[in-house]
Amino acid sequence: MLAKEHGLNLKETELCLGLPGGGGGGGEAAAETLRTTGKRGFSETVDLKLNLQGNDNNKEDLDDNLKNVPKEKTLLKDPAKPPAKAQVVGWPPVRSYRKNMMAQKVSTEENKSGSATTEKTASSAATATATATAASGGSFVKVSMDGAPYLRKVDLTMYKSYQDLSDALAKMFSSFTMGNYGSQGMIDFMNESKLMDLLNSSEYVPTYEDKDGDWMLVGDVPWEMFVGSCKRLRIMKGSEAIGLAPRAMEKCKSRS
Amino acid sequence: MTHSGSSLPDLPNSTSTSGPMSEIRSPPPDRVLEIVLENVLHFLTCRRDRNAASLVCRSWYRAEALTRSDLFIGNCYAVSPHRATSRFRRVKSLTVKGKPRFADFDLLPLNWGANFSPWGSALADSYPWLEKLHLKRMSLTDDDLDLIARSFPSFKELVLVCCEGFGIAGIASIAANCRLLRVLDLVESVVEVADEDEEVMDWISCFPEGETHLESLMFECVDCPVNFEALEGLVARSPFLKKLRLNRFVSIPQLYRLMHRAPQLTHIGTGSFCASDDVAVGDQEPDYASAFAACKSLVCLSGFRDILPDYLPAIYPACANLTSLNLSYADVNADQLKPVILQCHKLQTLWVLDSICDEGLQAVAATCKDLRELRVFPVNTREEVEGPVSEVGLEVISQGCRKLQSILFFCQRMTNAAVIAMSKNCPDLVVFRLCIIGRYRPDPETQEPMDDGFGAIVMNCKKLTRLAVSGLLTDQAFRYIGMYGKLVRTLSVAFAGDSDQGLKYVLEGCPNLQKLEIRDSPFGDAALRSGLHHFYNMRFLWMSSCKLTRQACQEIARTLPHLALEVIDSQEDKADDHIEILYMYRSLDRPRNDAPKCVTILQ
Repeated sequence: MLAKEHGLNLKETELCLGLPGGGGGGGEAAAETLRTTGKRGFSETVDLKLNLQGNDNNKEDLDDNLKNVPKEKTLLKDPAKPPAKAQVVGWPPVRSYRKNMMAQKVSTEENKSGSATTEKTASSAATATATATAASGGSFVKVSMDGAPYLRKVDLTMYKSYQDLSDALAKMFSSFTMGNYGSQGMIDFMNESKLMDLLNSSEYVPTYEDKDGDWMLVGDVPWEMFVGSCKRLRIMKGSEAIGLAPRAMEKCKSRS
Repeated sequence: MTHSGSSLPDLPNSTSTSGPMSEIRSPPPDRVLEIVLENVLHFLTCRRDRNAASLVCRSWYRAEALTRSDLFIGNCYAVSPHRATSRFRRVKSLTVKGKPRFADFDLLPLNWGANFSPWGSALADSYPWLEKLHLKRMSLTDDDLDLIARSFPSFKELVLVCCEGFGIAGIASIAANCRLLRVLDLVESVVEVADEDEEVMDWISCFPEGETHLESLMFECVDCPVNFEALEGLVARSPFLKKLRLNRFVSIPQLYRLMHRAPQLTHIGTGSFCASDDVAVGDQEPDYASAFAACKSLVCLSGFRDILPDYLPAIYPACANLTSLNLSYADVNADQLKPVILQCHKLQTLWVLDSICDEGLQAVAATCKDLRELRVFPVNTREEVEGPVSEVGLEVISQGCRKLQSILFFCQRMTNAAVIAMSKNCPDLVVFRLCIIGRYRPDPETQEPMDDGFGAIVMNCKKLTRLAVSGLLTDQAFRYIGMYGKLVRTLSVAFAGDSDQGLKYVLEGCPNLQKLEIRDSPFGDAALRSGLHHFYNMRFLWMSSCKLTRQACQEIARTLPHLALEVIDSQEDKADDHIEILYMYRSLDRPRNDAPKCVTILQ
């Protein structure tokens, strides 16, 4: 899918609604145009970035869906579906309280990951997703922000990348900016001066406590590794996080 | 809350007193009528009736203000605490609602507001006789709870729903100081608990010794271990206890003991419902079913956290009398549900997970002929999966449960035909909330938008007051809503519509609209302006990720001075004038001064 910025061409949308019998080729173009009516405003650009990153994964998943959903109108079943499986904040509208409750029952979930989906002809994609969710069981970590008397819990497995997590946290904690993330969604640890600028500012930076009990700057390791090793998150002012930088750079250098 | 001017004169004095005692004993003539009025107004309990009465004339306004004992504040920022306490002098019970509903889905910054503290101090000053406090989506601290605990000697009832900001210390203070406490209901609230390694405060032990007045104790959301011995002791000395909802740290064997202590219970929320560490392998487990048989008045069951379905048969003895069953945290399939549900002939309220599948819904439809409320929640919220419930389940429910009044249904696929069928089979529907998880998803059979389905709902369900729409929807759907949804008070819209016209239809067509929440839909300034005539009648309007500009909002703010327009942006210095979130509400007082940096209030 091309990451082209469309203007909001509503006429085109209207035409697309009558689309159904378009077929494969038409489906692609339609999907692209319809997608522009999806997210609005600044979130649209974020979506596009995710699109770029997740491109390879998308192809695989679409193939899976095609293989395993026996019904005819596969692509057309959901022509407007955004190709990237980006988690949209607050959608579907299930209360985060409920989501937290559901995720807490990790052990029993793993026992029953098969049984819940045997009733209906489940596509293997669905089963795979269910098992994946069951296996990971959610990774809930506490998030606190300096100055805010609130603690929140987030499930790191809900997010695909640092950018995803950053967006979700940005919504939760108002004056929290993570504008200095690079294209990969990680703080550029190799560029010392950039890093120092960030840490000298009054901008907030996210830090986390890893498995070893060390406090690190978020973004120093690949995303999956981060999800596996993060025990809790703390958002603090850049100037306070400055003590973490040398350690972070060390650990980073020792890994590369 | 605004009252008419003094255009109507006070009613003429019609009483004539005569006789020797009249000069000394009788109150002044104009006061007689007021006293009569006050006595009569005591019988008026519905707040809408009271609002109407207060508009008759100044005398009635005063009398009503003096006699209103239940005060309902739908939006904590609509009036200042001072204004409320100045008008209503003898309030015993107060309900305050804070954040807009979309805060539940993490769409609102955490420190947005709805702080209870200003209300707390005003109440402590003005209503020392306060007995009941119901708060929803408010932010309150341990200090606030402590203030409540110490300021109201007659305090009887505390209900906190979807609140946050407080911890165990606050709850302990309530337990320790409110000697007349009857109700302590903590529902779906975020309670700060200590980290695993820190010591947990034993709040249950803070209840005073001796018999309590407790009738309802709900602490499912207090997510930390409780002192079971103290809990058992508390239950044993609470003869009036009818409702008990435990948290997941209470095991089945412990529940068993509690139920035998309190067989008079009518509402039980079980703790965890699985194999317990308390019982060693090989030990004889107690006969849990006997506990459920012993509680002969049981009508409502919930909880079932961490469920091991093998234990479900324990509740069989209670099924025949159950009117309410909440299995929405229990991942059970159709085969596990059936033996339970087939006995629940009296069920009126059912909350489940979609793990029961269409087959499970079939079983519900076959047995629960009296069902009024159904909620089906998703186990898996991803958009691209093949969900376990569908139009098949919805249709079957509509055929079997003709008395349905309220439905919340999450699914991955839905057809217009099924929704239309429900609109015809269930004419008593008051609440219809359908959430098709895949955004912009059309009818999978016809590839049509879902316009006709929702259209049929507003057309055929003449009592409908609350509607949530989803799936692929064009402006046509909103045209239907504007045309037929004359009683609709609450409308939720997401990822729907084509143009400003959609929103215009609704704002121009729905005279009873009070709460409108919209996200990610292409409605812009022109649409917003079309509601100017109606905004003062609404409690709030929420629009996020739509096409509104700051300029238009500013215009509206200038045109309607009693409207607060909160513009919320999570990023500073945006390139264009488009705003992320608009939260707009009527307000009699100055804009609030407790908003965080990301909120700009236009007024």
